[in-house]
Amino acid sequence: MRRTLEKTGATVLQWLEHTGRMFNLLLLVSFELLQPPYRLYPVVRQMYFIGARSLTLIVVSGLTIGMVLGLQFYNILQRFGSVDLLGAGVSLSVIRELGPVMTALMVVGRAGSSITAELGIMRITEQIDAMDCMAISPSKYLIGPKLLAGLISVPLLTMVFDFVALFGGYFVGVVMFGVAEGSYVNGMIDTVEWSDVRIGLEKSLIFGLLVTLICCAQGFYMHLTKAGSQGAEGVSSVTTDAVVLSSIAVLYSDFLIEALF
Amino acid sequence: MTSVAGTSASPAISIRNLFVDYGPRRILTDVNLDIPASQITVIMGQSGAGKTTLLRCMLGLKKPSSGSVNILGTDIVRASRRELNAVRKQMGVAFQGGALFSSMSVAENIQLALREHTSLDEKTIQIMTRIKLDMVNMLAAENLMPAELSGGMTKRAALARAIIMDPKLLFFDEPSAGLDPSTAAELDQLMITLKTTLRMTIIVVTHELDSIFKIADHIAVMANGRVIEFGTPQQIIASANPEIQGMLNRKPRENIVDTDAHLRRLVGG
Repeated sequence: MRRTLEKTGATVLQWLEHTGRMFNLLLLVSFELLQPPYRLYPVVRQMYFIGARSLTLIVVSGLTIGMVLGLQFYNILQRFGSVDLLGAGVSLSVIRELGPVMTALMVVGRAGSSITAELGIMRITEQIDAMDCMAISPSKYLIGPKLLAGLISVPLLTMVFDFVALFGGYFVGVVMFGVAEGSYVNGMIDTVEWSDVRIGLEKSLIFGLLVTLICCAQGFYMHLTKAGSQGAEGVSSVTTDAVVLSSIAVLYSDFLIEALF
Repeated sequence: MTSVAGTSASPAISIRNLFVDYGPRRILTDVNLDIPASQITVIMGQSGAGKTTLLRCMLGLKKPSSGSVNILGTDIVRASRRELNAVRKQMGVAFQGGALFSSMSVAENIQLALREHTSLDEKTIQIMTRIKLDMVNMLAAENLMPAELSGGMTKRAALARAIIMDPKLLFFDEPSAGLDPSTAAELDQLMITLKTTLRMTIIVVTHELDSIFKIADHIAVMANGRVIEFGTPQQIIASANPEIQGMLNRKPRENIVDTDAHLRRLVGG
């Protein structure tokens, strides 16, 4: 019993330490980004990596989810003779909830894990130490552009996801099942309010920051954890942890935002 | 406090009462050392002696538990980030594995410090890069990526990167590790050339005896986290310290162990 308590306590302390380190990193990078020199190219390069190269995945998953939603909602609404509400149902689900969450989870899997692995490998091969010794701030040079790119790219990807998912729902409802086009589109316009769009975008901003910050911190600080002494296996371990932690953070913060706002 | 090892005439680096702990383990104990300017000082010792930890303290990568590390007039242990960076701009480091940035070509690796710390135009940056690559005989490899380089080429590229800003201090961590004897000899010759032509202060952490006695002006011998001797190569060879004689004669360390106690420990008794 005592051992279990000690282990639990140690895990909680480690988690608190890591969370504190992560927010220190956010403060440090935010401060450093305000100092010159200001370089746009690294941010653009990261936006291409996080954003543009995730587009195919976002479009495919958005379309699929939109189509699945269309099917599911059609089956349910048909029983109540309310298929005219198909557009409203799909659009509210996507814009407010599924769009931001699914986009963030796709970015975690595709770009987030890659970011963690890159920084982890740089850490264990002393590349980050080398940068430090060259009087170049590794946090500003390596993490700053990634954070900014995540903040910009994830909301943009969310908009793409939303658009494609709404089209997917439209395709299933209107083209496949013959729901009136007018009722689908008017259902969307009449039901979705600006507050729904705003909440969806705010979520995507928060998720973009959380995902990038967690994934960067996991790789950047791996030398301060047990994984730091495990070489390639350590990189694998922190990458897995980054995906799990980011996913949980997205889902939990989604719940908090919905509950509070 | 143990006595200070090293020369006292304006040392480039001055270490006083340095203690370093990793958790409950003490790694460095009361290290006192003066490293002379414009000379090659080799820090040698067997594996686990604390050489790399001492190097990391000098580079500002490891904060000691107590003590001071004075580099070119600045105590880097107590320095602010800005002061530390000012010292680092006068240092160059060649890490054991090269630590080249894997997403950049050799030329881009070398140019990074120039781009970040100077406002030189592109043409000047290119010329300076080529000069340094030529010094290390790597001109043909400027557009290669680090993954395409051999071990020797990696070390030379790392050296070119370390000297691009013409630093006053140059640090090497195990420069000959993993190299064939002729490539190691080339690297040794480069270090001597850098000292004589550019008057750099060079600190080399290594345990390769052949290299040590070829390049060193001074040798600091470490054992069990302490500097046990400091002197010229001749003084070290003539040392009466049995541990040093053991290292020089390549004798394995004697494990004075109570065999019965050792066996009991192994079987958990």
